[in-house]
Amino acid sequence: MKPLVSLKNIDKSFGKVKALCDVSLDIYEGEIHTILGENGAGKSTLINILSGIYAPDKGEISIFGRKVNLSSPRDAISNGIGTVYQHFKLVESMTVKENILLGQRDKDKDFNKKIEYILKKYDIKVNLEKYIEDMSVGERQIVEILKVLYRGAKVLILDEPTTVFTPQEAEKLFNIMRKIKEERCSVIFISHKMDEVIKISNRISVLRKGNFIKTLDKERTSIEELTRLMVGENVDLKIRKRESKKEKDFNKTSNNNELSIDKKSEEKRELSLRDVLIKVEGISLTEDVKKVFNNISFDVKKGEIFGIAGIAGSGQRELCEALAGVRKIKKGDIIFEGENLTGKSVREFMKKGINLGFVPEDRLGMGLVGSMDMVDNLMLKSYQLEKSPFLNRKPFKERAIELVKKLNIKTPDVNYPIKYLSGGNIQKILLGREIYINPKLLILVYPVRGLDINTCYTIYNIINEEREKGNSVIFVGEDLDILIELCDRIMVMSRGEVTKIVDSKDATKEKLGLLMLGMKDGESGEIC
Amino acid sequence: MTSFLHATIIAGTPLFLSTLGEILNEKAGNLNLGVEGMMLMGAVAGFLAAKGTNNAFLAILCSILFGCIGALIYAFLTITLRANQTVTGLALTIFGSGISSFIGQNLSGKVVPDRVKYFLSPIKLPLLGDIPFLGKVFFTQDIIVYFSYILAFAAAFYFYKTRIGLNLKAVGENPYAADAVSINVALYKYVNILAGGALCGLSGGYLSLIYVPAWQNNITSGRGWIAVALVIFAAWNPCKALLGAYLFGGLDIIGFRIQDGFISKYFLDMLPYLVTIIILTLFSFKRSKKNSPPKFLGLPYFREER
Repeated sequence: MKPLVSLKNIDKSFGKVKALCDVSLDIYEGEIHTILGENGAGKSTLINILSGIYAPDKGEISIFGRKVNLSSPRDAISNGIGTVYQHFKLVESMTVKENILLGQRDKDKDFNKKIEYILKKYDIKVNLEKYIEDMSVGERQIVEILKVLYRGAKVLILDEPTTVFTPQEAEKLFNIMRKIKEERCSVIFISHKMDEVIKISNRISVLRKGNFIKTLDKERTSIEELTRLMVGENVDLKIRKRESKKEKDFNKTSNNNELSIDKKSEEKRELSLRDVLIKVEGISLTEDVKKVFNNISFDVKKGEIFGIAGIAGSGQRELCEALAGVRKIKKGDIIFEGENLTGKSVREFMKKGINLGFVPEDRLGMGLVGSMDMVDNLMLKSYQLEKSPFLNRKPFKERAIELVKKLNIKTPDVNYPIKYLSGGNIQKILLGREIYINPKLLILVYPVRGLDINTCYTIYNIINEEREKGNSVIFVGEDLDILIELCDRIMVMSRGEVTKIVDSKDATKEKLGLLMLGMKDGESGEIC
Repeated sequence: MTSFLHATIIAGTPLFLSTLGEILNEKAGNLNLGVEGMMLMGAVAGFLAAKGTNNAFLAILCSILFGCIGALIYAFLTITLRANQTVTGLALTIFGSGISSFIGQNLSGKVVPDRVKYFLSPIKLPLLGDIPFLGKVFFTQDIIVYFSYILAFAAAFYFYKTRIGLNLKAVGENPYAADAVSINVALYKYVNILAGGALCGLSGGYLSLIYVPAWQNNITSGRGWIAVALVIFAAWNPCKALLGAYLFGGLDIIGFRIQDGFISKYFLDMLPYLVTIIILTLFSFKRSKKNSPPKFLGLPYFREER
């Protein structure tokens, strides 16, 4: 059988960095072909070449056995390649219909006919007159797919489509993918979520550091093998979760008194015994008439990992920024160890000696200064409280060296501008700085986004260490499995409101997914 | 009153032309602060051509051409070389005012030849011109005023009713999305910026050939900047731009009309600029979905950016 798309010996470098090196790949008709790899493995570069965004330095691409030159997105589209990019390419101030029609010459009547046919065939429901800015991420994804289908693509490329999805939304997407496959088109699926990859794909190609490793049949492989190929070494994917100190003490004492209580009720009792570290009562934030979050109440106990789940943009990030004092709230109270923090600035927090560590979503924007080196970045947080007008870099340099060793940060030296380091190393520096002050509360917003597996687990373990020290952690995460495994309790948010706070022992991925869509448990139905 | 409104239209027309020019720029995602410069280039070129050829048509053509040349410099720097748009625009303004002073150094005080003046004098339209009051105000004007009426509606039609208008919106809102659906982003930007430059040049020519009509140094006296502000006032809508331009045109000439020594002339001259500041302040308080600028305004587009 002839391949539908065939890539031969593709090379691409950005300056000195080699993003792809001698990659060859065949995609056949009617298959779902996954490209698997860690961040920086070259997945995105590869699909950008296929969609005509980047020009390869070397190598050739053939479609239906014919050699093609894809020098612009126009070429890719006319050759039947349609791409749904990781960062959607939609115009927010236009309607669905306008977005689909962009760059097309079809008349209104033809459009209606064609779109109706597609909607019916793939069983997609969407309001064509709705504005993109009013849509959730899941709905936007559907629009992107519609756009591609409308242009009559034979090869559909999906770049990490499920990163921000609930399990239910992902299932919907998989159904569409299967239908496309039945139409004898191909799907190229980019992902790093193993269970999904195994579930949906026919064949899997692994990339590592810009090199092509292997193409495997789904039937003849396993998650373990794929992980090994992807990372290049055996990794231990276990979170070292130990009981927290207090819990242990409590267990000892309670064991002496009553021997016959089962573990679950014991922990529950123990939870209620713990002191509350931070209590949030009915806080709301409104920006530009839009409600960012509304009437949020919860508390976090000492030595607890408190998870926050929700579809991207449900207000989690803003909530954390408000807790950290970066955003001002107008209503409600934040009480930290009995002290009301409402309306106080970050500086006042520091002066009061409130130990609060904050790792924002945007690590180089709000967290660190990219063009400064490690030492300066460590100083940023503490020098403001120094009395002397002159800077003393020495202790910070020692601290930086210590951090490099402790967290295994890969940097040429501590005076190297951090923006040239990889995302994982930058995150370790940020996290290292925040835990150095031994915070009672550590707020992490998507701390593992875009990091390789090994660094992810380093960070999970750091979180657990904090818990063992009796400190609390607020953890905003995307991966529901990890949230369930790592956290004590999980608060689910939807459209800026708390749907429910669940104990992670009772939580399942599906249940969290429904809660994320704003449905209190039990209820289910169409997502509107 | 009729004559005041009549003069208001004349004072508002150059403002409208350059505002529409800037709207074209901004719809394509480019903030062009070189309006004042392009206007001055058009003004001096038109005046020189009128003096040299005695032909009104050629004079106007020259204004348009010079506005285009200014826009071409800007477009090449910001689109092809991806230079900073703010700095490039400011440089264009300084360049334009410099070159107009240089070329016009011996022209100060000279007036437009009679033949040209005659050709560009008000023409009463048949039928429409006979309507009482309105006919006198709106339909007894020179040909460029008539042209600007048509232009406002043509531009509105282009922006809101045509496919290329939709494509243009995508270029200004999200060029990455536009590129991904095979819209030629650079082409759209070039065409619209050049058309914008042509309008700014025409606006300058209107000042030196019809409004004044003589040469004086710095003939635009900040009207280009008012145009930039009017774009925000008009919320990127050409019809609202026409209304806004007439409002400011009225403020512009009010100083000539009220000369009773009671209110200082200098205070009245300041009025349009003062109102500009007030309007900009008010508009930044009230920000709604409809009145927001194109999302990629002022940002360079580079396909391979990572």
